[in-house]
Amino acid sequence: MTHALIVHSAGPAVSLQDLGRTGTIAQGLTRGGAMDRLALHEGAALLERPVTAAIEMVGFGGVFETTQDTRIALTGAPMQAHVDGASLTWNASHLLPVGAKLTIGGVTKGAIGYLHIGTGFDVPLVMGSQSAHLAAKLGTILSAGDKIPLRPDPGIRTGWHLPTSDRMDGGAIHITRSIQTDIFGENTLERFLQTSFSRDARANRQGIRLTPDGEGFAAAGGLSVVSEIIAPGDIQITGDGAPYVLMCESQTTGGYPRIATVIPSDLPRVAQAPLNAPINITLLDRADAIALEQRARAHIKALPSLCQPLVRDPAQMQDLLSHTLISGVINAHANPFEGDHP
Amino acid sequence: MSEFPKIAPIGLTGIVVTFAGAMSDRANMAAIAFRATLDAEDWPEISETSSTLVSTFLAVDLVDTPFEDLHARLIALLASKDWYSAALPSGRKLWTLPTCFGTKRAPQLEEAAQAAGLTAKQALTSLANSRPRVITLGYAPGQPYLGPLDPEWNIPRQSELTPQVPAGALVVAIQQFVLFTAPMPTGWRHVGQTAFLPFDAHRDTPVLLTPGDEIRFAPIEEAELTALEATDSLGGATWEALP
Repeated sequence: MTHALIVHSAGPAVSLQDLGRTGTIAQGLTRGGAMDRLALHEGAALLERPVTAAIEMVGFGGVFETTQDTRIALTGAPMQAHVDGASLTWNASHLLPVGAKLTIGGVTKGAIGYLHIGTGFDVPLVMGSQSAHLAAKLGTILSAGDKIPLRPDPGIRTGWHLPTSDRMDGGAIHITRSIQTDIFGENTLERFLQTSFSRDARANRQGIRLTPDGEGFAAAGGLSVVSEIIAPGDIQITGDGAPYVLMCESQTTGGYPRIATVIPSDLPRVAQAPLNAPINITLLDRADAIALEQRARAHIKALPSLCQPLVRDPAQMQDLLSHTLISGVINAHANPFEGDHP
Repeated sequence: MSEFPKIAPIGLTGIVVTFAGAMSDRANMAAIAFRATLDAEDWPEISETSSTLVSTFLAVDLVDTPFEDLHARLIALLASKDWYSAALPSGRKLWTLPTCFGTKRAPQLEEAAQAAGLTAKQALTSLANSRPRVITLGYAPGQPYLGPLDPEWNIPRQSELTPQVPAGALVVAIQQFVLFTAPMPTGWRHVGQTAFLPFDAHRDTPVLLTPGDEIRFAPIEEAELTALEATDSLGGATWEALP
């Protein structure tokens, strides 16, 4: 029998997301996938398996249940999470007993939380990915009554956590020059770099608008530049002068000029900036941007070694209760690879 | 020496080879031809390619592959022939798409006509008699940019985005059409409405149009559009082979 995750209720923007699609740009389909890719890697490290699709929850989670004991991990923006009344630690793995109700509420920091399941979902690939691409109408958001089949999970470890990330409050974003930076002129670029921004309410999987604390920006002849390829993280200036950071579900091409490009490893920070969070922008030359990116990749590689067992603090009896619950059932799982990992 | 073709990195994730500073048929054909050659060359550093209006895009991880390495090889490949005299691919189609111009279904025909210095009637005649080419797919899956239209249609985008136009909307700016495949915000003006979806994941062939195809937009009344919308995502589209 195939087991499933049952969705009893879901917030307004809950969807299945993996690392997205490659090879579809020529057909006009952008990568899509998780807005916070680092959160997928964190979930994979906590559950000791490769990256696979997770439930992406923007702002608010939902109520979930599984038809068998299931390992879960919670990463990305911390949200209020309970299993049958017992609170769950965020950025950690847990065991969700069969029939128990997992209730995930609103974010307490950041913007987007992720619910990872065992070894993932048994959902067919569409154009190479399990991700819903909402802008392209490929797949849909999740809603009450959905049952998502699960893959068998040979893993056993739960009750581990990762250190809290500092990417949930906005902050420093690094950019490189884009193919259209020059048409803005050095004075406009300089003013752009000296401007403080905050995350606007207008934000979705296509782009996140930043509100400048001063005047907007414009390129000479900017409303008639030739439509050109978009890279994820491009900062587009629309007609009213405010910048949008283009995200994973952006168009593949666009005609509004782009002043710069956010480096890939800072996109999770952009995605997680809560409403009105401050964003400050620093321009890097290519070599420095590459160095930062290499550091971010090294961090992803190191994630498994950063996982630690949750400390059983007797002051947090609810938490302790859920761990006890966990250790009682995980032995039911056979792990052919137990002890095989380094 | 011309500044084109120009080779530039885009972020840390790719390289753009641009054949002109503004849309031109020759640059568009050069971009399509250069992309086909790159695909045939199959360089391991390139994970995917595409062509835009006047550029070829190469997805490359510039963290692992120094831009300078590929830059030198691209210069050599570009020097190997005249990319501006490439022919259009064979097997092209001429599509006829029933289209409702103006009315409340495409409310910006008059505004667009004014921007082009035409009456609404002149605008309709001009657009219905055009036979633009699919110059690239982009912005959304399967969605065509079409052109070039007559020079009077070199009108700018609006300074504010229209929050949403429906799927099947025909919008105009800078001597081009875009035919929307899904509801989208746009800075272009909504002059026509079709019942044709360039992309439909549930159709046998999700993406129907190919760069090089040509399209005629045949005027229909509002009632006829409503009837076509009740059928399927082809919206009454027909095609014949181009010689």
